[in-house]
Amino acid sequence: MTDVMAGRSAAGPEPGAAPGEDSKGRRTSPTRGQASRRGQLVAWAFLGPFMVAFLLFVIWPLIHGIYLSLTDQSLTGAGGSFIGLGNYSEALSDPVMWTSIGNTVWFTLITTVPLVLLALIMALLVNTGLPGQWLWRLSFFMPFLLASTVISQIWVWIFNPQIGAANEILSAVGLEPIAWLQTANVDLISIAIATIWWTVGFNFLLYLAALQNIPTLQYEAAAVDGAGPWRQLFSITIPQLGPVTGVILVLQMLASLKLFDQAYQMMEGGSSETSRPIVQYIFEAGFVGYRFGYASAISYIFFVLILIVGIFQMVVLRNRKGSS
Amino acid sequence: MSSTATATRTDDPQVDVAPVDVTKVRRTNRMPGEKPLGPARILAFLALALMALLWLLPMLWAIVTSFKTETDAASGGLELIGPNGITTQAYEAILAEGNVYVWALNSLWTSAVITLITVSISALAAYAFSRLDFKGSRWIFLAVIASIIVPPQALIIPLYYQMLTFNMVDTYWGLILPQIVMAPIIFILKKFFDAVPVELEDAARVDGAGRLRVFFSVVLPLSRPILGAVSIFVFIQAWNNFLWPFLIINDTTLMTLPVGLQTVLSAYGVQYSQVMAQAVLAALPLVIVFLFYQRQIVKGVATTGFGGQ
Repeated sequence: MTDVMAGRSAAGPEPGAAPGEDSKGRRTSPTRGQASRRGQLVAWAFLGPFMVAFLLFVIWPLIHGIYLSLTDQSLTGAGGSFIGLGNYSEALSDPVMWTSIGNTVWFTLITTVPLVLLALIMALLVNTGLPGQWLWRLSFFMPFLLASTVISQIWVWIFNPQIGAANEILSAVGLEPIAWLQTANVDLISIAIATIWWTVGFNFLLYLAALQNIPTLQYEAAAVDGAGPWRQLFSITIPQLGPVTGVILVLQMLASLKLFDQAYQMMEGGSSETSRPIVQYIFEAGFVGYRFGYASAISYIFFVLILIVGIFQMVVLRNRKGSS
Repeated sequence: MSSTATATRTDDPQVDVAPVDVTKVRRTNRMPGEKPLGPARILAFLALALMALLWLLPMLWAIVTSFKTETDAASGGLELIGPNGITTQAYEAILAEGNVYVWALNSLWTSAVITLITVSISALAAYAFSRLDFKGSRWIFLAVIASIIVPPQALIIPLYYQMLTFNMVDTYWGLILPQIVMAPIIFILKKFFDAVPVELEDAARVDGAGRLRVFFSVVLPLSRPILGAVSIFVFIQAWNNFLWPFLIINDTTLMTLPVGLQTVLSAYGVQYSQVMAQAVLAALPLVIVFLFYQRQIVKGVATTGFGGQ
């Protein structure tokens, strides 16, 4: 996690470099022994409100969820007796859970690559300093600020098989119309297209900031050595963007794995076998099937999936860091 | 496409290595040595314009459709103005649905309260992690940062159960409280406080000010820009949050805008112009916020990397 966080600073100016601060950025009291008890109290006065909320709304649910996952607790309050790992073994042999995980992983794959590449291309183009900076930023970033309800409504309309723009465009170029959200296997791709449109602006801004932090000195030195524009792109720009690309990849994959809002709303709650993500299955098991114990077990399987991806990326990032 | 992006002019005296404010990037801050005009530059411009158009069109189209008559909207077509001209019928119909105002108001004040609480408790805690010496500070900080990896979506079941036992299902507090813990904000603010020179605080402390006094009269005023950036982000997250409000609120009068609009969507399911008018209305507050605070928002994303759906 620290690697991820350290990488984030690559996206912006490094405040840790400010003068007048010890190595840990923490100030120790000069009269340490005497002041320490009062110091502890003061520290906890600062920390208290947050820690209460943190314990109540993160740590406790995290622990209680494990307990729930070992019971047959229902939403209505019935049940609640301890059933051991029953929910887990049921989940692991539940084909719907596996297709939901498969859908989620597939969605993550087909969104992450375009969301990184498109953002990079957008940022490189905007960073050339072409006129109309505010317009480019507005166009690419504005969708990111819209609620999932709004983007879902817009894209359901675009993907409407009879009157939607997507099919109008297809027929204009002489292609067969597609029932975007009503066709198995195509539905998740349609949701991915809407998601890419919606969220690419965030990555774009991170790339843009990183690009503007590359010292111009490097380009000048390279030019003196006779490097052309393409050579500079691949020898300076792309390598310099390494850390921020790592951060974007981590954030992006974790965000895509959490897919729910737009999938649920674009499918209008009626999930299809090929578009139901794992978070929606948690929701369905808990709030439609009233099985809180079972839904908790799926939550933890989902959490483990996120952890695996997170740890894998940390290892990859650390190795890359170590080699450079 | 980006051949000009990295072109260099050796005689450019300006070596800019200071942190760059993305929001201020204008033509004056273009990469050194780019040619004012050339085939590559024109190509880059065309590519950019095409992409911008692709990204703007869905929004423009939603706006255009919301001003069409229902017949025109339902017959499809890509034309900007339908055969029956422009009408505000869709908006009138939506606004006649009295709950829209209630939902907007709910969204506004609950998002404001979430922002206020989140930023306050996070700033206090971040200051403790940054400056105060206490037992286990390192480990507690690590635990807070590690919690970033916990997806809120994985906690909905135990959180909902907790709200059931607290009797907070279908209440504003049930909606607000689980949204006030945002570990990334602690991290961002701690980094900022770390960079504030200790000398500034020492001066005040020599004058006899206590920690709390120093925090409120020295540190907080210095932190206004970062607190602003962070607040805008918390507000946007809260305003747009769907899953938790959707789960915890069933009472129509307590709903937030995204959830309320989602519930009536089926009622308007075939009324295309009304659906688009809804989308426009729901987006409007944030568009206004963005136009006013564009610099802070862009800077907030760029410097903190905070956000993410």
